[in-house]
Amino acid sequence: MKIFIVPSIISHRLQTISVSAVFLSLQDCTFFTRKEILRLHGRYHELAPHLVPMDYTNDPDCKLPLALIVNMPELKENPFRNRIVESFSEDGMGNLSFNEFVDMFSVLSETASRELKAIYAFKIYDFNVDNYLCKEDLEKTLNRLTKEELTPEEVELVCQKSIEEADLDGDNKLSFADFENMITRAPDFLSTFHIRI
Amino acid sequence: MKVLTKCCIEGKRNIFNLLPVSCRSDFKAIMCSIRKLSTLAKRQYKTYIFLMIFPFISSSGSESDEDSMSEGEMAALKEEVEEKKKVIATLRNQPWRMKKRLVVLKEAQEFVEKFEGALGKGKGRKLYAYKVMMTKKLIKFKRDFENFKTACIPWERKIKEVESHFGSSVASYFIFLRWMYGLNLVLFGFMFGLVILPEILMGLPYGSIPRKTVPREEQETAMDYSVLFDFGGYCKYSFLFYGYYNNEPTIGVLKFRLPLSYLLVGVGIFGYSLMVVIRTMARNANEGGDGGEEGDFTFSWKMFTSWDYLIGNPETADNKYASITTSFKESIVDEQENQKDENIHLRRFLRVLANFLIVSCLGGSGYLIYFVVKRSQEFANMKKDNLSWFEKNEVEFVMSLLGLVCPPLFETIAELEDYHPRIALKWQLGRIFALFLGNLYTFLFALFDEVTAKLESEKVIKNSTEWVLNQYYSNYSSFYNTTDVPPPAVHPSDVIRGPCWETGVGIEFVKLIVSDIQVTYLTILIGDFVRAVIVRFLNYCWCWDLEAGFPSYGEFDISGNVLGLIFNQGMIWMGAFYAPGLVGLNVLRLLSSMYYQCWAVMCCNVPHERVFKASRSNNFYMGLLLLVLFLSLLPVVYTIMTLSPSFDCGPFSGQEKMYDVIMETIEKDLPAFIGNLFSYATNPGLILPAVLLMVLALYYLNAVSKAYQQANTDLKKKMQMARDEEKNRRNNKDSTNQVMKDLEDLLPNKSLIPPPTEEEPPPPDVVIEKGSKSPKMKPGAAAKGVNLQKDVSLAAPNPRAPVTRAPGPRKGPPGNARGPQPGPGRGRGRGGPPRH
Repeated sequence: MKIFIVPSIISHRLQTISVSAVFLSLQDCTFFTRKEILRLHGRYHELAPHLVPMDYTNDPDCKLPLALIVNMPELKENPFRNRIVESFSEDGMGNLSFNEFVDMFSVLSETASRELKAIYAFKIYDFNVDNYLCKEDLEKTLNRLTKEELTPEEVELVCQKSIEEADLDGDNKLSFADFENMITRAPDFLSTFHIRI
Repeated sequence: MKVLTKCCIEGKRNIFNLLPVSCRSDFKAIMCSIRKLSTLAKRQYKTYIFLMIFPFISSSGSESDEDSMSEGEMAALKEEVEEKKKVIATLRNQPWRMKKRLVVLKEAQEFVEKFEGALGKGKGRKLYAYKVMMTKKLIKFKRDFENFKTACIPWERKIKEVESHFGSSVASYFIFLRWMYGLNLVLFGFMFGLVILPEILMGLPYGSIPRKTVPREEQETAMDYSVLFDFGGYCKYSFLFYGYYNNEPTIGVLKFRLPLSYLLVGVGIFGYSLMVVIRTMARNANEGGDGGEEGDFTFSWKMFTSWDYLIGNPETADNKYASITTSFKESIVDEQENQKDENIHLRRFLRVLANFLIVSCLGGSGYLIYFVVKRSQEFANMKKDNLSWFEKNEVEFVMSLLGLVCPPLFETIAELEDYHPRIALKWQLGRIFALFLGNLYTFLFALFDEVTAKLESEKVIKNSTEWVLNQYYSNYSSFYNTTDVPPPAVHPSDVIRGPCWETGVGIEFVKLIVSDIQVTYLTILIGDFVRAVIVRFLNYCWCWDLEAGFPSYGEFDISGNVLGLIFNQGMIWMGAFYAPGLVGLNVLRLLSSMYYQCWAVMCCNVPHERVFKASRSNNFYMGLLLLVLFLSLLPVVYTIMTLSPSFDCGPFSGQEKMYDVIMETIEKDLPAFIGNLFSYATNPGLILPAVLLMVLALYYLNAVSKAYQQANTDLKKKMQMARDEEKNRRNNKDSTNQVMKDLEDLLPNKSLIPPPTEEEPPPPDVVIEKGSKSPKMKPGAAAKGVNLQKDVSLAAPNPRAPVTRAPGPRKGPPGNARGPQPGPGRGRGRGGPPRH
C-alpha cells in the first residue's frame, strides 16, 4: 500500500508547486495575490467545468465564449457586460482565455491605477471600436444606463451636452485624451469602476 | 560606448585569460586582424570587436572565477538589470494584452535571473549574490505578508455581500463599524493589559479591603438578578468599576504603579483615539484628490461614472437604473429652465417654520431629559423597593425613546423645506447630531449635579469616619496605655464608606450603554424583522399590496446608524475612565452588532430607492467623530483636573487631585533634574510663549497650505492649457502618444476570430516576435544593441507617414512595425541587427 501512496503524494505536491509557478507570473502581471488568482481560476473553471482543465501547468489553450462569462453574478446586472468582456478579449468577439479573464478582473480591481482604468473604461464605452467616442457610442451608453426611458430629444440633448463639456479639440467626438481629461476629475470614477470578486 | 571601448583596450589581457581554451584561437585571430588595421580604424572597430567577443566572455563567466568585468560594464549591466526589474514592477500597470505582458515578464525575469548573479566582482561577488538572494527573499516575504494582511481583515466577504446588494453607501456603514471595532479593540488592549489584568493578578483579592467588598446591608441582595442587571451588588464592587482599584502606589513583585498607569491609560485612550481619527481623516482627504470643477462635466460624469460596477443584485440594479434616469431628467430640467421660483415667499416661510419646529423639538427634548434626570435623583433618595421598573429606568427609557422618535419626526418636518436630497441629508444629520449632543450634555449636567451632591455627603461621611477613627485610637491608647495601636478589627464589609461618586458615574454610563444596546437590537428586531415577516406573510390575505404599498419593507437607515455608532463611542470615551470594563463591553457590542446587523440588513431590508454614494460623506462622519471625541474629552479632563477623588475608593483615594499621582511619581521616583525640568515647563512664563509660538506656527502653516493650494490650482490651469494647446497642435496628426499607441495595440486582433473569413498574412509584429526570440541573449550585446538601434531609428526617415490613413481595426500591426516598439523589444528585439 505504502508504495502506491507515497508517489501519488509526491506527484500531487509537484503539481501544486508547478501550478503556483504558472500563477506566480500572473501575480506579477496583475493586482491579485496568489490566493485570489486561485479563486479566479476556480470561478473560471466553474463556468465550464468540462472545457477548462483544473491543471494549468502547461498553460492550455482554451477560451470561454462571451455568453458564459456574461452570466457571472458579478457581471450579470451590468448594462455594459458585453462591452467589458469584448474589450478584454483579443479577438474582439468576447472569447476570453484564462489570462484575459484574470486581466479583466485585475483592471477592475480596487488596486488598479486610475490611468489604467481610464484606458479600459474608454474601450468599454467605445461601442464601434474606432478609438473615438462619437455620438452613436454615447447614445448607446445612455440607452443602456437608463433602459431607454428617455425620449429621443432628451437623449439627443444629453449627448450633445456631454460632447460639448468634454470635447476639447472641437471635432464633435471624444478622443481618449478628452475622455481621460474628463474622467480623471470625476470624483466617483474610482469608487464605481471596480468589481470585487 | 566610450567606457566599453576603454575597458576593451585595458582589459584585453584579462579577457584573453578569461576565455575558455576553445575560444582563445578565435580571439587571437580577431585580434590579429585588428592589428593589421590602421590605428584610426582600430579605434573604430574595437567596440565592434568587443561586441563580437563579448558573448564568449559571458558564457564562460559562470565557470571561471573572474574578476574581469570592468566598472563601466558592470554599471551598464547593473542598470540594465535595474531597468528590467522596473519593468517587472510596473508591468501590471501597462495597458497591454495579457500575452504580451507574460512574454515581457518572462524575458525580464530570465534576464534578471541570469545576470543578477554574474554581477559583483572579485571578493564582493559572493556578498552581492547574497544580497540579491536576500532581496528576493524579502520581496517574497513582503508579498506573503501582504497576502496575510489582506487575509486578516475580518468580515471582508460579509461586507462585500452587503455591498453587492445595497451599494456602497450601506457598505460604508459596515466598514465604519469594522473600523470602530478595530479602534475599540486597541483601547480594550490598553485598558485590559495595563489596568485590569495587573489589578486582578497582583492586587489584593476580593474581600480583603472595604472597597473590594460588598457592604453588609447589601449582601443579601447582591446576587439577585435584578440588582446585578442594574450593575449593583457584586458588579458594583468588581473590577468593572473605578471604585475597585486600590490606591497602593506599587503592587506585586513587579512594583507595578497601578494608580499612575490608570491615569495614563485614561488619558492615553483619548490621545490614541485622537491620533487615529486625525490620521484617518488625513488619509481620506488625500484619497479624495482633486474634486475638480463641479459644474464642468455634469452630463459626461453622469454618463460615464454613474453606474456602480459593484452592483450584482437585480433589485439594486433596477433602483440604480431608476435613479440614473431621474438624475438625468433632473439635470435636463435644470438645463432647460433656470429655475423659476414662483412662490419664493411661501418656500421661505415654510423653511423658517420647519426650522422653528425643529428647534422647539430640540429644546423640548433637552428639557424632558433634564426633568427626568432631576426626578431620578429624587427617586435615588427614596427607598428602592417602592419604585416601579419604569421609575428606575426612566432616564434611559426617555433618552432611547427620543432617539427613536425624533429623527423620523425631523425627516417629516424637513419635507416642508423641499431641499435637494443631498442638502437635506446634511441638514438631517446635523439636526440629529444636535439632538444627540443636547441629550448627552443634558445628561452630563444632571450627572454633575448628582456628583456635587455626592461630594457634599462624602465630606460629612469622611469627617465622621475620621472622627470615629480618632476616637478609637485615643480610646485604645488611653485604655491599654500604649502608642502602638493596631488598626480597628472591623470586618471590611462593616466599614462606613462614602458614596464613591466615580463608581456612580461609571454605573450610569454602563447602564446607558446597555439600554442603548437593548433598544437598538429591539428596534431592529421589531422594526425590521417583525415588519418584514408581517409584510411578507400577511400579503397573501390583505386588501392592498403590503410589499409595494404602505408598510413595505424597511430601508437601512445609514445616517441614523452611523450617528448612533458615533455617540455610542462618545459615551465609551467618557465612561471608560470611571468604568474600565466599559471598553470590553463595547467590544462585545460591536462584535455582535456586526453579525446581527449584517443578518438583519440581508434578510429584512430593501435597497434604497435613491442609491447615493458614501465616498463623499466619509470624512463628514469622521469629522463628527472628532467633534464628539473632543466634546467627550472635556468633562473627563474637567473631573480629573478639578474634582477631588473619593477618599475611600479608587486608585486616587487619599489624594487632593487625581493628577497628583504624576507629581508624586516625578518627585519621588524620577531623578531630581526631571522634576526641575517639569517645574520649569509648568511655569506660566514658559507656557504662554509656547502657546503663542504654536498659534504662530499654526498661522504660518495655514498660510503655507493656502499658498500651496493656490499654486496647485495655477498648475492645474497651466496643465489644462498645455493640454489644450497640444490638442490643437496635433489635431490632424496621427497619435504620437505612448498611451494612444497602447490603445491601438489593444484593438481586437481580427485574425484571432475563430472562423477566419479572409486569408491574411500574419501581422508583421508576430514575425518580429518570432525572429527576435533568439535563444541566448548577451547583456553587452543587448545594451549595445539598444544604442545602435536607437541611432538607426533616429537616422531613418520618419516611418509614420503611411499610417495617417483612416483608423481601422487593422491598425494594430502596422503601428507596431513602424517605430521603436514600446516595451518588449527593449534589449531583445534590438539585439538582432548587429548579430544577424
